[in-house]
Amino acid sequence: MSGGAVAPVQGERALGEALCRYVLRLADTSLVLGQRLGEWVGHGPALEEDLGLANLALDLIGQARLLLTYAGEVEGKGRDEDALAYLRDAPEFLNLQLAEQPNGDFAQTIVRQWLIDCWQLEIYADLAGSSDGRLAAIAAKAVKETRYHHRFSSGWLARLGDGTAESRARTRAALDSLWRFTAELFAADEVDERMTAAGIAAPLAPAAERWRARVATDLDAATLALPPPPQYPWHGRRGVHTEHLGHLLGEMQHLQRAYPGVRW
Amino acid sequence: MSDPGSAAAPADWPLYEVFIRSRSGLEHKHVGSLHAADARMAVEHARDVYTRRQEGVSIWVVRSADIVASDPADADALFEPARDKVYRHPTFYAIPDEVKNL
Amino acid sequence: MYTQALDTHGREPVPAAEAAGPAARFQARIDAEEKIEPKDWMPEAYRQTLIRQISQHAHSEIVGMLPEGNWITRAPTLRRKAVLIAKVQDEGGHGMYLYSAAETLGVSRAQLIDQLLSGAAKYSSIFNYPTLTWADVGAIGWLVDGAAIMNQIPICRCSYGPYARAMVRICKEESFHQRQGFEIMLTLAQGSAAQHAMAQDALNRWWWPSIMMFGPPDGDSKHTAQSMAWKIKRFSNDELRQKFIDVTVPQAQFLGLTIPDPGLRWDEPSQHFQIGPIDWSEFYAVLKGNGPCNRERLEARRAAHAAGAWVREAAAAYAAKHSGRTPAGTNS
Repeated sequence: MSGGAVAPVQGERALGEALCRYVLRLADTSLVLGQRLGEWVGHGPALEEDLGLANLALDLIGQARLLLTYAGEVEGKGRDEDALAYLRDAPEFLNLQLAEQPNGDFAQTIVRQWLIDCWQLEIYADLAGSSDGRLAAIAAKAVKETRYHHRFSSGWLARLGDGTAESRARTRAALDSLWRFTAELFAADEVDERMTAAGIAAPLAPAAERWRARVATDLDAATLALPPPPQYPWHGRRGVHTEHLGHLLGEMQHLQRAYPGVRW
Repeated sequence: MSDPGSAAAPADWPLYEVFIRSRSGLEHKHVGSLHAADARMAVEHARDVYTRRQEGVSIWVVRSADIVASDPADADALFEPARDKVYRHPTFYAIPDEVKNL
Repeated sequence: MYTQALDTHGREPVPAAEAAGPAARFQARIDAEEKIEPKDWMPEAYRQTLIRQISQHAHSEIVGMLPEGNWITRAPTLRRKAVLIAKVQDEGGHGMYLYSAAETLGVSRAQLIDQLLSGAAKYSSIFNYPTLTWADVGAIGWLVDGAAIMNQIPICRCSYGPYARAMVRICKEESFHQRQGFEIMLTLAQGSAAQHAMAQDALNRWWWPSIMMFGPPDGDSKHTAQSMAWKIKRFSNDELRQKFIDVTVPQAQFLGLTIPDPGLRWDEPSQHFQIGPIDWSEFYAVLKGNGPCNRERLEARRAAHAAGAWVREAAAAYAAKHSGRTPAGTNS
């Protein structure tokens, strides 16, 4: 739908709705991934890794809080970060399907983390130059965190890919099982197009190229092969999820649903 | 997968000592130790464990095995001679109060 | 509480057939409030006692991550979730500082972990209780961390340098833990009827285990005298327990919650709160391994350790490939 002939108020509302969806996609991805990492605490392969994963979780939850708060303001219906996190059901969540995949073993967790880190690096780096001041500020902070996350995850990708025969087998299995979820990472839709037209988000095609290059470099360091581009039309960004999200939200939202309307 | 109850404790990753400079202008201080498989991981662990409250602008990690320490048994030989060279201390010299800037 | 195992298990520290000279000089240093550092001469019994106490403390922090970690995924707001992750992360960090301190005494982390996982090593009894509701997270912060702080502050002045320094670091980080817990309890106690009941229920279940954290009564504590002489322990179990009670009862009153002790009363002459009788049989049962969660806590740690073996091996193998050194067995 081209913007040209649309009345100003309608156009603004449409832009506002698109912006809200756009921000929720980022927020929900950080929230769901942070939630997954929270499951590891106390169960990591070494004490140091427990702390490392907890650090990542904290950063991601922090990003989610800032982004959800902003999405709620843009939406203008009085929903704050908790109302959005705890009172929406799965079809309303707009996170990447990749984020909701289960932790599995450490290789699965690292591959999932690394793929999203590479993605966030491009998205946040571009967003730091957004015409939307709020998003630019959030992204500027997030990109620093993501650089550390990527250092952590790509370091582990290399150690696991190029470690022992067992670690290599597990990492390859993780890559095989998660690769299809990368199809949606840079698949621009009408929300992305509106954001690009408004100068809020950068076009996705160049980001996709940079992502592919970085992924190829990291896989090379891990002595793993780059899989061919996946075909996978089911996109979490459009509210289409795997069965995992329902369980994750059930656990996460339980208290607020069981005791509605109280302060915690 | 190794058996957790195995008689021989599995080897740890090597031990590293951690030194942090918390602010520009200060020196690095020893804050503790940690285990890591390699130096890059050691720096990351040091950051995760010892700078959670922004206590660092610079991290040094050194493999504990590489540290050469004086032996406390030699403390007398190493440090006693310095104790009786009191002329190295400013309080040894009596300067009249009227003299400034000394 | 980190002396629970010392108070109830083990033989008397073997009086070394060490020359009177070094032992007397050592005690003189202690008496003069000098710090003992890693390579200094020390009686073997001092070294062993410290290893047991420090490692028990470290194990407690690590196992302690589990009862609270249990609620991270279900924390009822994002802020509470973030604060809880940070708290549990701190506990892991504290475990690390303490393992570091223990390693300066000539024992390796691998050996200590092995002792924990095999059940040979002890950790604080309190972590063998389950966290059944969100209010338990508040109760742990308020009561368990409160008790821990009471115990830890004096240890900041313990005679062994690395342990004292680790404790200083830990104490700095600990105060937020107790405030976090108390704030949760306050919100619940002042919330809906269901929330108030949740808070009261948590207090009912955590009060006595927290009291027991301080260990057996002084009369039943075997090694207190020696630990005090070596300035590893600075106050007796009963002294710390009394301090905790005196501080905590008014806090419960502020919350509008009832301490589950019909024998609780203010004693005007001594200016202390007197509590009813403690059921020590429960304490000893839990210490023996028959508490509600002993099995689950150890199994969780064993599972994590076992599941992580291939990861640790991979990291060591990678490091060896990329530095020319031999893999695994580089235990330095």
